[in-house]
Amino acid sequence: MSRIVVGPFNRVEGDLEVTLDVEKGVVREARVSASLYRGFEQLLLGRPAADVLAIAPRICGICSVSQSLAAAAVLRAAQPIAPAHNGLIATNIAHAAENIADHLTHFYVFFMPDFARAAYAGRAWHEATEARFKAVAGAALREALPARARLLETMGLIAGKWPHSLAFRPGGVTRALALGDEMRLLALIADFRSFLERALFSAPLDAVIGLSSAQELDGFAEGPGAAGDFATFIRIARDLGLEEMGAGPGLLLSAGAYLGSQGHRFPAGLLDCATALLREPPLSRVEEDVSHAYMRDTAADPARAETLPDMRREGAYSFAKAPRLEGRAVEVGALARQAVAGHPLIRDLLARRGASNVFARIVARVLEIALLTRAMEDWTRAVAPSEPYCVADAPLVDGPFVGFVEAARGTLGHWASFRDGQIERYQIIAPTTWNFSPRDAAGNPGPLERALEGLDVGEAGATNVAVQHIVRSFDPCMVCTAH
Amino acid sequence: MTKAHDDFTLLWLQAGSCGGCTMAALERGASGWFEELRSFGIRLLWHPSLSEETGEEARAILARVERGEERLGALCIEGSILHGPEGTGLFNKLSGTGRSMLDWARALAPRADYCVAVGSCAAFGGVPAGAPDPTDASGLQYSGVDMGGALGPDYRSRKGLPVVNVSGCAPHPGWIMETLLALSLGRFTRADMDDYGRPRIFADHLAHHGCSRNEFYEFKASAEDFSERGCLMEHLGCKATQAVGDCNQRAWNGGGSCTQAGSTCIACTSPGFEATRGVHRTPKIGGIPVGLPLDMPKAWFVALAALSKSATPKRVRENARSDRIARGPTPGAEKKT
Repeated sequence: MSRIVVGPFNRVEGDLEVTLDVEKGVVREARVSASLYRGFEQLLLGRPAADVLAIAPRICGICSVSQSLAAAAVLRAAQPIAPAHNGLIATNIAHAAENIADHLTHFYVFFMPDFARAAYAGRAWHEATEARFKAVAGAALREALPARARLLETMGLIAGKWPHSLAFRPGGVTRALALGDEMRLLALIADFRSFLERALFSAPLDAVIGLSSAQELDGFAEGPGAAGDFATFIRIARDLGLEEMGAGPGLLLSAGAYLGSQGHRFPAGLLDCATALLREPPLSRVEEDVSHAYMRDTAADPARAETLPDMRREGAYSFAKAPRLEGRAVEVGALARQAVAGHPLIRDLLARRGASNVFARIVARVLEIALLTRAMEDWTRAVAPSEPYCVADAPLVDGPFVGFVEAARGTLGHWASFRDGQIERYQIIAPTTWNFSPRDAAGNPGPLERALEGLDVGEAGATNVAVQHIVRSFDPCMVCTAH
Repeated sequence: MTKAHDDFTLLWLQAGSCGGCTMAALERGASGWFEELRSFGIRLLWHPSLSEETGEEARAILARVERGEERLGALCIEGSILHGPEGTGLFNKLSGTGRSMLDWARALAPRADYCVAVGSCAAFGGVPAGAPDPTDASGLQYSGVDMGGALGPDYRSRKGLPVVNVSGCAPHPGWIMETLLALSLGRFTRADMDDYGRPRIFADHLAHHGCSRNEFYEFKASAEDFSERGCLMEHLGCKATQAVGDCNQRAWNGGGSCTQAGSTCIACTSPGFEATRGVHRTPKIGGIPVGLPLDMPKAWFVALAALSKSATPKRVRENARSDRIARGPTPGAEKKT
């Protein structure tokens, strides 16, 4: 048995270290370590409650809107107000823009460049892939980054700037959109759609949204969408067998995404991949285990827990706690969200393998880019002229509350207790805390740790590119993970 | 293609960061940030979110820079430098190296022609340094307003500059890129920095300059609740008259700014901005805001405010409390009222 440490594990958000125990070329055990602790939960205690709207987004520069919205959600839970309809719409447009930008950055900046690596020289697709996707230098980046920047101009209109905006309130947003703003939004979204239909899909959005099976997906990649970057990925994935890599823990969670007056656009649910059983997620039964975290013992219930570091804890190897739902590790993210929402293509991809995998994770993210671009258009057209964008705050009720949102990378929860308008307790469980959790007290590994087990890395060991694909397929955000 | 010089190298590292400064930089350039760097001969040696090299390959690049085998034009560090626990820096190890970012920053900064703190965390400590400062966080050369930080007050880069503090949370992409460009062209000197080491590119301005709510400010026609169009200073905590930045003179994300969005300025370019409690409330004594515009004598402010309030046109007064423009500036209409 040999032990290999991979780090700095880059082209992820934040800093990641992965330790692999390899026996006869096969990964026996993996340990995933979050190597940064900033103490955000401690920073919030004792502050006036609404200050969380200024502090929480700064947990993460990548999903800052999601952090803002989870904070707004927990504040809203503590006061008897209903948010303004238009406020929810503007919030959803901004949130979708952030989530699309994250998915797009993941595809073009983090994930695809691995196929341009010298390890794949000699594959029929390598030369063209290198020219288009090589890290920093690839031609695709000259299109994708400006398209991303243009999409984020929606933030200029709604949130003032990105990342780190103070525009999101429990009752809506701080700026009403006038008619001219609505038209500018539509123009921005149209620009972005045209980038997608030209470069990423080489096909109309509806052709992607309407795909209903793996077979149709392959047909799309060989047929109408063949010239797009998505098709390039599909062909490479088939050649390398990405569908057989990186099986997840079998449970997929979504807390429900994009709240509207009629509920969530993508509903909440917990899906068991093996049985295809879908049920309401028992979110009151989330617990966090600190047995392998550099953390002091504390309550398992996030509503009563603290996050205080202890570097001397025996057996600890990460600053991340291990969240568990009814005692089990679960996977979160675009794949979970679209599987729970019942998108037929995603359900078919899961059914083929009986588990989540590298291929399905990437497809779900790219599919969500198409779904959300369309949703942004719908929302913009659903603005109610002359109705308000923000409902004023009411005094906070004392007690424990919780707020959930779906960030790009999955379920984000904020647990808070308020007393006399101040923050008494605050706990955060971020998407990558779920996906990249360390082991729990029973020795059960986190989702990535399990996904790496059994991988044949052969002579290449840590430099085996499959390790890179599996890790990056989760699109980890390490700055959120331990926060 | 403008190639001003050969190969100005850039190494970007993330310490106790949220990654937001990198996200901001990626908004640059009509053909993207990478193309912009390339067009000015700025070569990215390594960036944790962007480069191909990982693990051992990345460690080899850092080792070459540390040994002086690779010339380093600019060392950009994003994120607070965490000294805890107990001075070890172990709350933030650079993974795979067994060494803290505190250690890496001290090892690499002397090798760099210029050292750039990207964002208020690397400049002054930022949000992680807020009470109770759980990780003993500082900036590279400041802890809040005090000189020192991780590198010490006497640190100078190879070209003789203290740390260049591109503050902001996150900074405008333009502040980052224009500073890097001026450095790479040899056009940036000590005289181009203010007293806190911030580039005067943005620090010679106040965030208030050019604010779209200017008319409301002039008449002290104030918003009292969120999503109203009036001035945000009197009631909602806006610090744009006290914070440096050309925030309202250049577009953020195509046309926004914090005050434009009605969400108030929290002075994120200032050392210690994270210490404010009750960010959306203007602290007042006797009805007068405690934080007055920089350089403005209090008596004058009070007198002018009273005068302008009494002269506020109906249009301005009405619009200040509305979420959309309730009354447009019809020529002649004001005379009739």
